[in-house]
Amino acid sequence: MLNLLRKIFLLDLIQGLWVTFRYQQPKYIYTEQYPAQRPKIAERFRGAPRLNINPETGETLCIACNLCALACPENLIVVGSERDEKTKRKVLTTFTYDISRCMFCGLCEDACPVDALELTQDFELASYSREGAIWDRQMLEEGPRPTKYAW
Amino acid sequence: MPDGTFLDATELVLNMGPQHPSTHGVLRVILKLDGEKVIGTECVIGYLHRGVEKIAENRTYPQFAPYVDRMDYVAAVSNGLGYCLAVEKLLGVEVPPRAQAIRVILTELNRIASHLIWLGTHALDVGAITPLFYCMREREEILNIFEKYCGARLTTHAFRIGGLQYETYDTFESDVRAFCDMFLPKVDEYEELLTGNRIWIGRLRNVGILNAEDCKAYGVTGPLLRAAGVKWDLRKAQPYSGYEQYDFEIPTGTRGDSYDRYLVRIQEMRQSVRIIRQALDGLPGGPIMGKVPKVIKPPVGEVYVSIEAPKGELGYYIVSDGSTQPYRVRVRPPSFVNLQALDKMCRGALVADVVVVIGTIDIVLGEVDR
Repeated sequence: MLNLLRKIFLLDLIQGLWVTFRYQQPKYIYTEQYPAQRPKIAERFRGAPRLNINPETGETLCIACNLCALACPENLIVVGSERDEKTKRKVLTTFTYDISRCMFCGLCEDACPVDALELTQDFELASYSREGAIWDRQMLEEGPRPTKYAW
Repeated sequence: MPDGTFLDATELVLNMGPQHPSTHGVLRVILKLDGEKVIGTECVIGYLHRGVEKIAENRTYPQFAPYVDRMDYVAAVSNGLGYCLAVEKLLGVEVPPRAQAIRVILTELNRIASHLIWLGTHALDVGAITPLFYCMREREEILNIFEKYCGARLTTHAFRIGGLQYETYDTFESDVRAFCDMFLPKVDEYEELLTGNRIWIGRLRNVGILNAEDCKAYGVTGPLLRAAGVKWDLRKAQPYSGYEQYDFEIPTGTRGDSYDRYLVRIQEMRQSVRIIRQALDGLPGGPIMGKVPKVIKPPVGEVYVSIEAPKGELGYYIVSDGSTQPYRVRVRPPSFVNLQALDKMCRGALVADVVVVIGTIDIVLGEVDR
């Protein structure tokens, strides 16, 4: 009897409608007006790579040990180095990082013994060409540069 | 597909997918129909095949860990846990208790996230659009916790072989606790929307019945098996990562139909919250990384480790030839095995029920095809 009444008066549907009705004025609005409103990125976010430099001397922190290149599952890091004749130490010459193949797993960052290579919170990695996705040492140190046009 | 290629005049072969939105990805199902009735189905898979098992043979053990996240991408943490446990067993490495507890918290959070995606998309397939938005809203909170913990939201790469790479962040405990407190009333809300709803019951009740014998014959695991009334959960049957310390129940159904699977998964979300709370209460201190050699070179041998992923038994079979790279990695994905039962569940049903059955199996094509 009670079940029949519930059926006749559509109580199950009204119960569901009441749930949606309660959200007439939601407390939190989850939609983000993206370019105007920037998302909050977590501190540990793994985004664009950066090659850190010593802020006082402007020299790179990288010791050209090649561990990041060995750790990378996709072999997308190429470290170029030459031996300094005076100090007998390896000096970094070139560093390329192909972000088009990167899956941001963070293994290179973990492998770095001097915290030179770091994945930053920057997530806007679009470029106009495939070559633009291959970052050289200058780009890794200074951050991505916006494309400039002649006009 | 049933025998014989000649069709009766009333029979019709219909392609469903691979671009059909309710096949949850790129599954193609060839339906043989008699009017509206399904008399046979055949799955065509492989549209998302990336050769993950072959990739493993060219990567070192730690290097392969990010790839397993890309199989079942809605439950990436569970995949990572299974792989790490397998390699740890091969190495004979003990994982510190703190790392184990944090692993349990994260995998249970991921179980909730995976079930939320399932609930939202399954309800969407059936025609209830509202739960999708609510489920995504709660899942967002879980993904935020993942992002703060390990820096990625979906393909997390949260665990490393031997333990964890990252220590918990400052507000980790309070964030997870706040999520647990917030989440339980929301589950009641989903139930208010769906459990008593006559359309939902009408679409799901007695659709896609798979009894316990059939489940065992097909190797079906996870919520499908439990909905058929079998109390089988690897977290209880073969406890791993310290699951034996936690007190939780295995929800089971009785009829083994789609509606029971829905109830089982809803209950599982509640049980996951219970496990998370216990793990947080007894979160031990100490190191988070076990004694793992710098170069991971397991001894010659083979190992099979399986865990209870959100979708069923997820197993890793790894053969080591003593080098830094695995000789062979075979993954036993739950979705792939569960998908076999689609034909059995669809026969005699209507075309609209095929959508329900695909939804209720909870497949992720990234895992089916690998």
